[in-house]
Amino acid sequence: MEIVAIDQISPDAVILLQIGFITINATLVYTWLVMAILVVGSILITRHLSTDRRLSRWQNVMELIVNAVMGEIREISRERVKQYFPFIGSLFLFIALSNMLTFIPGYVAPTSSLTTTAALALTVFFAVPIYGIASQGVLEYLKEYFRPNFLFFPFHVMGEFSRTLALAVRLFGNLMSHEKVVGILLAVTPLFFPVVMQVLGLLIGIIQAYIFAVLTMVYIASATQAHEEHAHKHK
Amino acid sequence: MESTTLIAMASIVTAGITMGIGAIGPALGQGRAVQGALSSMAQQPDERNSLTRTLFVGLAMIESIAIYCFVISMILVFANPFWTYVVKKAGG
Repeated sequence: MEIVAIDQISPDAVILLQIGFITINATLVYTWLVMAILVVGSILITRHLSTDRRLSRWQNVMELIVNAVMGEIREISRERVKQYFPFIGSLFLFIALSNMLTFIPGYVAPTSSLTTTAALALTVFFAVPIYGIASQGVLEYLKEYFRPNFLFFPFHVMGEFSRTLALAVRLFGNLMSHEKVVGILLAVTPLFFPVVMQVLGLLIGIIQAYIFAVLTMVYIASATQAHEEHAHKHK
Repeated sequence: MESTTLIAMASIVTAGITMGIGAIGPALGQGRAVQGALSSMAQQPDERNSLTRTLFVGLAMIESIAIYCFVISMILVFANPFWTYVVKKAGG
């Protein structure tokens, strides 16, 4: 079964349904699938949470994941860990799950389409000023753009745009290249090499999810912590 | 030489050269990054976790340059806008 033909670059081109101006393509359907798995799984697991020594297996898995993500956030930003956790945790879980389900035949990762990764990068682009302003106030946050020197303002703005673009293209490039390489290898040397490449693809998927979440946390921390460093310098 | 042949030739050659040259820089950079990380880990084995984490983040950032070249190659081969235009003109 071939969802994305070998000469199509992303699941956006596979259009399943078209009503008026609303287009349902394969990317959208697979995104809904990943969302459904995450939401339904969380609801089922958190229905009977217990605080004594006997936990269900799935609650244990969830606590593992939550602890791991909170540990990473705490390493990068020393304070206010709980405030950032929903955003960073959601990013990491969505990207990790959508990358890991690629071993299921007939599944195409929605993050292998530039639209999904651009949407995720846009949420980061808007989240960084929102968190910065929420922690420092508008004036202090805007003063950061002129901080070393007044002439640095265009470099800071360009930096914001370029790192958003880099986030989107990095995730898209890694996932799309994996799909294409596996597809091409299937046509050339079937059975052994594609399986090895699939395993490598799982590893790459997890690493890219981790990179996305960690880079988001680093950008948010750099937007909210410069204030404290500046205040310490004055003391 | 008609334009179909010219565009096909230019696209294929450029795709190959882009990926070939574009992989040299990131590979060298990643080698130096791993070298630095290994020597730091040998000097301070206690900090292994933090070093590994920073190493992976740095490797991903260096890798993205190669990924950009790969995306250009893929676009030239699979989603070439000039090719589709020329094919449409030749067919229609």
